Amino acid sequence: MAEKVMVAMSGGVDSSVAAWLLMEQGFQLCGATLKLFSNEDIGLKQPSRTCCSLADVADARSVAYKLGFEHFVFNFGLNFHQEVIRRFAQAYAEGETPNPCIDCNRYIKFNKLLERALLLNKDYIATGHYANREFDRKTGRCLLKKAKDPAKDQTYVLYTMTQEQLKRTLFPLGSLTKNQVRRLAEDQGLVNAQKPDSQDICFVQDGDYSAFLEKVLHIPSSPGPITDRAGNLLGSHKGIIHYTVGQRKGLQLNTDRPQYVLAKDALANTLVVGDESELYSEEMTVKDINLISLEQLTKPMEATVKLRHSQQEAPAILYPLPGNRISVRFSAAQRAVTPGQAAVFYDGDTVIGGGRIT
Amino acid sequence: MTKIIYADNAATTQLSPQAFEAMTPFLTAAYGNPSAPYSLGRAAKKALEGAREKAAAAIGAKPEEIYFTSGGTESDNWAINAVARLKKSEGRHIISTAVEHPAVLQPLKHLEGQGYEVTYLPVDRQGHICLAELRAAIRPDTILITVMTANNETGTILPVAAIGSLARQAGLIFHTDAVQAAGHIPIDVTEMQVDLLSLSGHKFRGPKGTGVLYIKKGLPLPPHIRGGGQELGRRSGTENVAGALGLAAALAAAADNLPANTKKITAMRDRLIEGVLKIPAARLTGDPVNRLPGIASFIFEDVEGEPLILMLDQKGICAASGSACSSDSIGPSHVLLAMGLPYELAYGALRLSLSEDNSEEDIDTILATLPQIIERLRSITAKD
Repeated sequence: MAEKVMVAMSGGVDSSVAAWLLMEQGFQLCGATLKLFSNEDIGLKQPSRTCCSLADVADARSVAYKLGFEHFVFNFGLNFHQEVIRRFAQAYAEGETPNPCIDCNRYIKFNKLLERALLLNKDYIATGHYANREFDRKTGRCLLKKAKDPAKDQTYVLYTMTQEQLKRTLFPLGSLTKNQVRRLAEDQGLVNAQKPDSQDICFVQDGDYSAFLEKVLHIPSSPGPITDRAGNLLGSHKGIIHYTVGQRKGLQLNTDRPQYVLAKDALANTLVVGDESELYSEEMTVKDINLISLEQLTKPMEATVKLRHSQQEAPAILYPLPGNRISVRFSAAQRAVTPGQAAVFYDGDTVIGGGRIT
Repeated sequence: MTKIIYADNAATTQLSPQAFEAMTPFLTAAYGNPSAPYSLGRAAKKALEGAREKAAAAIGAKPEEIYFTSGGTESDNWAINAVARLKKSEGRHIISTAVEHPAVLQPLKHLEGQGYEVTYLPVDRQGHICLAELRAAIRPDTILITVMTANNETGTILPVAAIGSLARQAGLIFHTDAVQAAGHIPIDVTEMQVDLLSLSGHKFRGPKGTGVLYIKKGLPLPPHIRGGGQELGRRSGTENVAGALGLAAALAAAADNLPANTKKITAMRDRLIEGVLKIPAARLTGDPVNRLPGIASFIFEDVEGEPLILMLDQKGICAASGSACSSDSIGPSHVLLAMGLPYELAYGALRLSLSEDNSEEDIDTILATLPQIIERLRSITAKD
């Protein structure tokens, strides 16, 4: 009997093609679209097109009907609010720069959705992420490996996956390029071959996260001092949530040399700035570690480290620390290491694991 | 395929044989336009007016007070918007409750955006409003009271006759959304002292897409849809003859069988409630006694409504939860929140709603299935 897969469908090109590929491979499919928030939750008065809009649900459903399988709509609004939006707000309030897409994968897709799929007696869930999965006979572990298309590789946002989740998840797009996926969508007449990729954070309109924090979540953000590392007052900021580490523009400082945001001190409501050279770090500590290719890091290990989604990896050595942390020493100092962002460790194409920068 | 146990009769019902029989000729040979002067048209007109009389008789109204609509939502929208327009020179204040159906709440919200003010009366744990609070809410600029006859999520029956008497003393127009109640408890517009009453055919085994707005004679409610002048010029459009006949036949049948059905359904419902409440940390929502015969509504701690419904579906049981996720609303039930239940619990609602077609065996099956599902879902929550 064919194995049963629940494919997460956003109504976009990638997940639609993922579904079609699984059909071709002989799986018995059903689709699921997640409702994560309503327009009201994200500060929109009028119905409009967002990631979770009814129009996207309709797109996903029409693909499911066209391919001939059942389609569910799951309401994870409460979970999304608690696990993703609340963490997002909390991180900003603490002066960190969060990555809510990673939290959504961790707490919603590979937790709640997988749970729902197993309740409905499915064998797997599948997503349109560009990534690969491989079983390592030597260690008996399920590995997460980079996608064939390096420009689309999404392993960075998948580093939190546990062994149990990886065993139950299929990534049908891992060996394809985005162009191949678009061509397949066109050839198969899937409604949305030219639909643009989703960008930025789905619940934040026009990328204006500070407006979202202030107007929708009502996170207070008050002006405060800008100082240098020594604590000398250089100016004032309009609330630390408006700034990111490494930022130069918009500081309105009267200094000889351009100044960059080095740190956001939430407790003192202070923005610390300095020269560009001061932005570089030779090491960092990463917390909340999840390891994939290894069960435990017991001795120092060479790796390459990715500090943000769109960035090249940097060579480094990983040192185990107590309390589920890892110390990372870079071969060459790295610019704007940002607390709250994910650091993901690679051994070639294989994800070793990752965590959050402190 | 497992046999389906249909326990979602508050969502919709199966068409009654009487309705089907009444409709069939008008979906086939008797297709005339009721406004046409020849015999085929006259036959349709005669049937339509017969349906109007039948529907009127079932709720104690006069035939000319019955206006056929496309359903409960249209009736509610018409009533609320038309009163607002009719009375706007006298005032812009409306009194309603926090537990109305969206078909009432959304038009009210829209009016609020246009300068009207709405007082939403709070409810207690059982979903009841306080009559003294209603009286206190009346202001010189109040133009309308709209309160549902019975709640669709919990089945709690509201004291509509008392509200009607209060409204009449105050000289206010009173509308009731009787969509969930009609066909399930006695409805008499005179006793209820209502000026406007909405009902929907498919909630009492009539066809979907049919409804009625009762408009008390003498109330100069403005037209709702303008056109060819059907429905006394107030709701134009070629009449849904078959639909009106189906609605009237179903409503008459429901009224005729009301005492027997109420007895049978209430007995099943009470056995169901008794059995379900044996599940640990299960609670009944709504008024335990004064509730619609068919509706049993619960919450289960540490259980989400949505997977519960999906798992019941796997066992062939059709039931409902508070949230409707294919629409844009994704929040927890506003009704349960208004009744003072905490946010997390309001996501874990289960509504089982019975009809006379359910059997004691259905109740046995539900009572045998539900505890296992709740246990399984709780074992997962505990793991999270």
